[in-house]
Amino acid sequence: MTSPIAGGVDCDLHPAVPHLTSLLPYLNDYWRDQVTTRGMTDLVSQSYPSNSPITARPDWRPSQGKPGSSLDDMRKQALDVFKVSHGICNPLYGVQMVFSEDMADAFCRALNDWLAKEWLDRDERLRGSIVIPVQSVEKSVAEIERCAQDRRFVQVLMLVMGDMPLGKRAYWPIYAAAERHGLVVGIHAGSNYHNPPTSVGWGSYHIEDYVAQAQAFQTQLTSLIVEGVFARHQHLKMVMLESGFTWLPPFLWRLHKFWRGIRMETPWVDRAPLEIVRSNIRFSLQPIDAPPDPPMLNRLFDHMQSDELLLFSTDYPHWQFDEDKALPEGLSSDLVRKIMIDNPLATYGRLRQGATKETTP
Amino acid sequence: MNVQFRDRPEPASTAVAKTSHIKAAIADCDIHPARATKTELYPYLAKRWHEHLETYDKRPYHGMMEGPPYPKAQPNASRRDAYPPEGGPQGSSLSFMQKQHLDPNNVVLGVLNPLATGQGIRNHDLAAAICSAINDWQIEKWTSKDKRLKGSIVVANEDGAAAAAEIRTRAGDKNFVQVLLLSRNVEPLGQRRYWPIYEAAEEAGLPVGIHAFGFGGNPITASGWPSFYIEEMVGHAQCQQTVLASLVLEGVFERHPTLKMIMIEAGFGWAPSLSWRLDKTFERLRSEVPHLKRRPSEYIRDHIWWTTQPMEDPEQRDHLFQLIDWIGWDRLLFATDYPHWDYDDPSRVLPAGASDANRDAFYLGNARKLYGIV
Repeated sequence: MTSPIAGGVDCDLHPAVPHLTSLLPYLNDYWRDQVTTRGMTDLVSQSYPSNSPITARPDWRPSQGKPGSSLDDMRKQALDVFKVSHGICNPLYGVQMVFSEDMADAFCRALNDWLAKEWLDRDERLRGSIVIPVQSVEKSVAEIERCAQDRRFVQVLMLVMGDMPLGKRAYWPIYAAAERHGLVVGIHAGSNYHNPPTSVGWGSYHIEDYVAQAQAFQTQLTSLIVEGVFARHQHLKMVMLESGFTWLPPFLWRLHKFWRGIRMETPWVDRAPLEIVRSNIRFSLQPIDAPPDPPMLNRLFDHMQSDELLLFSTDYPHWQFDEDKALPEGLSSDLVRKIMIDNPLATYGRLRQGATKETTP
Repeated sequence: MNVQFRDRPEPASTAVAKTSHIKAAIADCDIHPARATKTELYPYLAKRWHEHLETYDKRPYHGMMEGPPYPKAQPNASRRDAYPPEGGPQGSSLSFMQKQHLDPNNVVLGVLNPLATGQGIRNHDLAAAICSAINDWQIEKWTSKDKRLKGSIVVANEDGAAAAAEIRTRAGDKNFVQVLLLSRNVEPLGQRRYWPIYEAAEEAGLPVGIHAFGFGGNPITASGWPSFYIEEMVGHAQCQQTVLASLVLEGVFERHPTLKMIMIEAGFGWAPSLSWRLDKTFERLRSEVPHLKRRPSEYIRDHIWWTTQPMEDPEQRDHLFQLIDWIGWDRLLFATDYPHWDYDDPSRVLPAGASDANRDAFYLGNARKLYGIV
């Protein structure tokens, strides 16, 4: 196996909100009252059913409570094992699913404050992602402005499946705000289920939805590239989280071919899709949808035509690998260093600035 | 592709290899025949449907009555040089198709995939009537007039019973070599409403071709409707991946062990990564799908073929060859997509470097074997 090296960055950790009631201290009176009076249920997304094998590695599953809800466990099982300098927290709490933008806004604010207080304040290695109420661009921008003051937030977090394709111009103020504050935009697997979870309708199984995440990332990359997000925001970095990456080379061949054929439709796309990906898009390492033997994986890295695209991640506590085999077999030590340290630091500008501890306003 | 090709310097050996294969016999597994006029199908339709079409026309699972939701890059999405001299849209004249495509490219087996049929329309009785008419029309206008051409049994995709009946009616008719579905339907194609189609196809010993496109009311991303035609075109590859995952995970190949399927015009580059992802996820979640007895990649390897157009086109040709090695040289079926604008030219599509055996399989052998045409 390939050994991890110390001082890396784990770009995809999932601290779990124990229950909607855990956010009550971070809600105002009105929303606290709404949650209790209406008897609102916990916001568990069907992207990750609590007991699904994907949702937690068997040996990472706590005896009680949700996987990922204990900082001590995260330290013992991930941060310490992989000797990381930083771990980026991407809470996957189902706040995007609610249909009221006011409610989503209240829950996102509470979630971000909860993350700062109960995780970032308690371990200096941890960094955060700002979860935004995507249905309202205005409220999303306001939440970015509010949280960006805390330098420990390094990223804005969106789900790969939402109401509209992510390249749509309506979302651009979110990207402008992220770029302005030196924040990465992280796109994570998952859906708000406002649209069917595949482009051909509703399937039957959880396994189908999980496999379909990769196709959703592909369509979002197309949207982001052809709408011109990176022509407008040249310095914006986006990270595809829990996306898989072995689909990338053939996806880019196809996009490139059609871009050559019908670029008259989107004349502002003035660079080849592959170049845009190289300069603006990154991918978290796990899950690795790998071929059966290591030499094939190395050929695949060759097809990616860049060693700067991948960022180390454990996807903790999701079950992507066993023991400490977070890195695939057969990687060169040079590539390990790039994936674990150089690439994440080059991507997350705020990690390079060594944020001092601050409290969220 | 209907684009201006840049001249690229190529080694002399490449040019020689290409030239020597230009006139070799080929199969074209994706040809689109069109109707010259709107009423060309009327002789095959009951009077009742003439009146219906005149009054209500075909109402698809999207809003546009006259054309596609995303305007194509060319009129009829077809080559500008493919208009027949006698008039009518591209692909509507057998004699011009012969002159422009079948003869000069030495196509010895051409598989017809009619589009704009009864598929993807909301009135399912009308859908069945039009599909049946299209099948009669294929025989009369195309396959009976040119023995190189073979038809596809077009079926009312949302009505399993009607579709199965149409397949059983045509079973054994040598004018047809496959059943044709489109990738985008009301539900993913593994769902039970479509199972009667697979049962009837297997019974008839016919492969099922699943061609990119179609309409089922679902946005072409899992995140809503995108803005541009290019997103739809690129997105067909994602639709097809999901369709294939659905077919495998619903157990269609477990139920139909001799069923063969062809993924048409949706690329094949994604096949290995989809297989790896399915296998890895299956390892974790197999308890949810106990009806599957084998790993997903095994069903794909045994049951699926792929047409080549639009050809995967990496910068480095060894990447293409590695990709095909991973899929299997015995699984690719050459196709041009004539007369559509993103047509692949048989003399240019496969770079030099493939063995003669692989090249022959790619251009003709695999298709002959799959379709049982000697």
